[in-house]
Amino acid sequence: MKEKPDVLQGTLALMVLKTLDVLGPQHGYGIARRIEQISGDLLAVNQGTLYPLLLKLENEGSIASEWGASENNRRARFYRLTAAGRKQLREETRDWEQTAAIIARFFKVKAEDLP
Amino acid sequence: MKFLRRFFIRLTNLATGRRADQRLREEMAEHLALQTEENLRAGMSPTEARRQAALKLGAAQAIREHHHAEQSIPLAENFLLDLRFAFRMLYRSPGFSLVAIATMALGVGATTAIYSVIDATLLHPLPYPHPSELVRLEANLPGVGAHDVGVSIPELRDLQNSGIFQYVSLSFFGTNNLTGSAQPTSIVSKSVSPSYFAVLGADAQLGRTFDPHDATPGFNLEVVISDGLWKRAFGADPHILGKSLRLDNDLFHVVGVMPASFRDQGRNSDERSTDLWAAAGFYGDPAPPPMRGTRFPFETIARLQPGLSPLAAQGRLDALVASLKKQYPADYPPQAAWTIHLTPLAETLVGNVRQSLILLSGAVGLVLLISCVNVANLLLARASGRGREIAVRQALGAARTRLIRQLLTESLLLFVLGGITGFAVLFCARKFLLRFVPESLPRLNDISISWGVLAFAIVVSVAAGTIFGLAPAWLTSRLNLTVTLGQAGRGCNGSRQRSRLRRVLVIGELALSLVLMVAAGLLLRSFWDLFKVQLGFNPSRVMAIETSLPNPNDPKTDIYHTATQEAVLLREVLRRNRTIPGVEETAVSDRAAIPLGHGQNDRRAVPLFREGQEEQSSQPPLIDTSIVSPEYFRVLGMTVVRGRLFADQDLEATPLVAVINQAAARMYWPGKDGKGEDPVGKRVRLLGRLGRARPDWTTIVGVIADARTESLADSGIPQMYLDIYQRPAKFLAFYLRGQVDPAAIPAQVRTQIQSVDAELPVFRAETLDDVLSSSLSVRRFSMEMVALFAATALLLAGLGIYGTISFLVNEQSREIAIRLALGAQRRNILKMVLRQGLTLAAAGAGVGLVGALIVSHLMAGLLFGVSPYDLSTFAGVTAVLTAVAIAASYVPALRAMRLDPITTLHAE
Repeated sequence: MKEKPDVLQGTLALMVLKTLDVLGPQHGYGIARRIEQISGDLLAVNQGTLYPLLLKLENEGSIASEWGASENNRRARFYRLTAAGRKQLREETRDWEQTAAIIARFFKVKAEDLP
Repeated sequence: MKFLRRFFIRLTNLATGRRADQRLREEMAEHLALQTEENLRAGMSPTEARRQAALKLGAAQAIREHHHAEQSIPLAENFLLDLRFAFRMLYRSPGFSLVAIATMALGVGATTAIYSVIDATLLHPLPYPHPSELVRLEANLPGVGAHDVGVSIPELRDLQNSGIFQYVSLSFFGTNNLTGSAQPTSIVSKSVSPSYFAVLGADAQLGRTFDPHDATPGFNLEVVISDGLWKRAFGADPHILGKSLRLDNDLFHVVGVMPASFRDQGRNSDERSTDLWAAAGFYGDPAPPPMRGTRFPFETIARLQPGLSPLAAQGRLDALVASLKKQYPADYPPQAAWTIHLTPLAETLVGNVRQSLILLSGAVGLVLLISCVNVANLLLARASGRGREIAVRQALGAARTRLIRQLLTESLLLFVLGGITGFAVLFCARKFLLRFVPESLPRLNDISISWGVLAFAIVVSVAAGTIFGLAPAWLTSRLNLTVTLGQAGRGCNGSRQRSRLRRVLVIGELALSLVLMVAAGLLLRSFWDLFKVQLGFNPSRVMAIETSLPNPNDPKTDIYHTATQEAVLLREVLRRNRTIPGVEETAVSDRAAIPLGHGQNDRRAVPLFREGQEEQSSQPPLIDTSIVSPEYFRVLGMTVVRGRLFADQDLEATPLVAVINQAAARMYWPGKDGKGEDPVGKRVRLLGRLGRARPDWTTIVGVIADARTESLADSGIPQMYLDIYQRPAKFLAFYLRGQVDPAAIPAQVRTQIQSVDAELPVFRAETLDDVLSSSLSVRRFSMEMVALFAATALLLAGLGIYGTISFLVNEQSREIAIRLALGAQRRNILKMVLRQGLTLAAAGAGVGLVGALIVSHLMAGLLFGVSPYDLSTFAGVTAVLTAVAIAASYVPALRAMRLDPITTLHAE
């Protein structure tokens, strides 16, 4: 069986932020599931690694968390995007798109296109 | 920003010990529950669902560790853990800890003490803004061997207009009589150019200083006073400005009070405690008219233009001097080779103390080094006892860097605790210790144990701890697991490198202490030689007490203007002093003639025109002169070798006479064949301070034996004595010889002097023995300190060698026991151990002797009467070191000899 590629730290943070942006407040499991779904199960997040990352983002002020009740009425920690996090997400999205565009252009170029 | 925010949250968590473990556990439990539910929905069996959920989550413990690391700062947390462990280790072996901390306290405390002295004197000698711009100018005539001849007013103007300096100022300090209050007092005052305070960049706390552009030719009758004088003499009167005070019978008015923090610059403590400044242009009454050739032997200080380096300034100054020489060839004859030399002011102020302080800091640095080596040695010794512990830690998976970090934390803790202890002891004992510092040290009052000094102590301890803790930590953490653990309980046999390092350390310690001891020995011998030197005069049972006569700006108002006028006062005071009980003989002289006294700066070199030799020359040699009464030589026990001394018939109206010492006779009347001619009867002209047109002939009537009145180290300084009844002197010292009570004398003499003239201050009563001893104070101080350091070093080296040999004996106890069991003679065992000690001592002495030769060569300038390569000192010190090494090895050697082979081998 081919191993699923590991997610880079920075990319995972961006995914978490985007997930929270799209879905609104979520608990850890929700975030993990969502990332798995979107990536089409190609990407295996070892789900536990999410939690230290969530703490880091919270310490940095990009997200905030509070206790709430989950779907099945149990205590769960809900994470939400802060204003600073929203701003960070915008910036990182732009950066990411830029990088992706550059890479894409590189792949497109053929030998005869060059002057 | 984000990074900082995260860091501070983590720091707070670390400090408050907050744990988020509970939260994570709940989150993970919830996560697992949700995942399991989902798995169940997907059709798995309950057990499988739980298993898959757990697999997907990952290793719970690793996640918790990661989470915790994110929560806090692992590096700091580990450090705190290490620190706690280090404290426990200290507590567990209190003997070791105590010795190590005490050793470091000694090293760091001594270093810090010397640093605080150096900080105040060498590093911050000038408490003024931009001190690096301040320079001192010295005009020399090397062609005729004249130094520091001073500048004339036209030269001063040339310097001022040269564009090299912001301000240039002339100044000379002396004393004035402040009268009008209850008791006339003599205060240290300075006559300065109006630009003086502008040069220093100092301003008044009350009123103002002088206007640097003031162009009053003579004194402008304004004075600025010190905060001390303001409080002492005027009760800190807030309305002092504009009030007048009487100085030497002249009225001046106060225009400013300097702040309490202001201290004048100067080369001796008198000058630095100046209490009053009066501004003068130095080209009108009472100064002579401004001629290019009329040089004032005053001090010239200046402030360089900003950004101009002293070197560049010297270059421009040389160009200026060259052009002036071209412009005024008559005033600057080429053979005199007039030059102006510029020195940073800070350098000139520290002067001769600098060498001593450098010596002391070198010595204390060695002591610090030795203490560090000693503690490193102790750490190594302990390391061998902890081999098992380290091996177990390593076996359990501790990384080597982690072990080193932990061991380093332990040694750092020891060093820093030692440093703080040393600082604390120093801080508590500072009052007591400062008493040992000689008063002649510049800026003694500014020596303080400040935060800067504390920072220094901590930085030194941390640096020492890192350097000297690293090697032991490195070697301790490097061991062969299987071997160490295999030895099970037999005590680690210590790696070879470790014991080699210990030997090297001990050899280093011995070498360093030998260097210190040689330095101390040489200083001790110099001091002893100086102390035992033939003075050429007899200071015992003689007291000197000073007074000073007013020196008003207008000579017509001076009631002591001529020698005849002054003689009335002197003869009456001498007569009255003789009536004081116990007094056998009395004399009077000017202040400069007090042997080895503080008035040495007054002993001005006077141009000497010898009849038939320099009459035409404009550049005569210079000779130190002092003015004395006929009884002076008898009171001080100075012997005449040729001719006669002064007599009662030498008066103002009779031909001027002088007495010289043998050195002056040798130097100035060497005779044609160099055998010396009789100077008695020869005539000379002595140019006065400010150069009266053509002074009368002075006849030399006698020659006295050389005496060390000007310098203990040098008896051969030419001296000329003049008769006080022929030449008046303003600053006087009365001498009383006999069985007198030094405590009662000042009051008695004051009564006698003031009953003749109530306006005269009487001050500074000292026995000549005290004067003599304080002239040795800096030397004594550095000798005592170096000797103390050397003793400390020897003690530490002794402890070091003792420790190392004991350790070697311990390590070899098995071998020794076997030898004994096989029938070795106990005396041979003793010899074997002693030989090890001696080998170390010999190696240490060998290295040390080389170092000592270098050091003694460097300190040759501080020595007197002893060669820097003095064989007996070197041999003696080596013998002492060897003896200490043998004594220190003897105890462990005895233990080795008395080893019971059966018990020892059983214990293994």
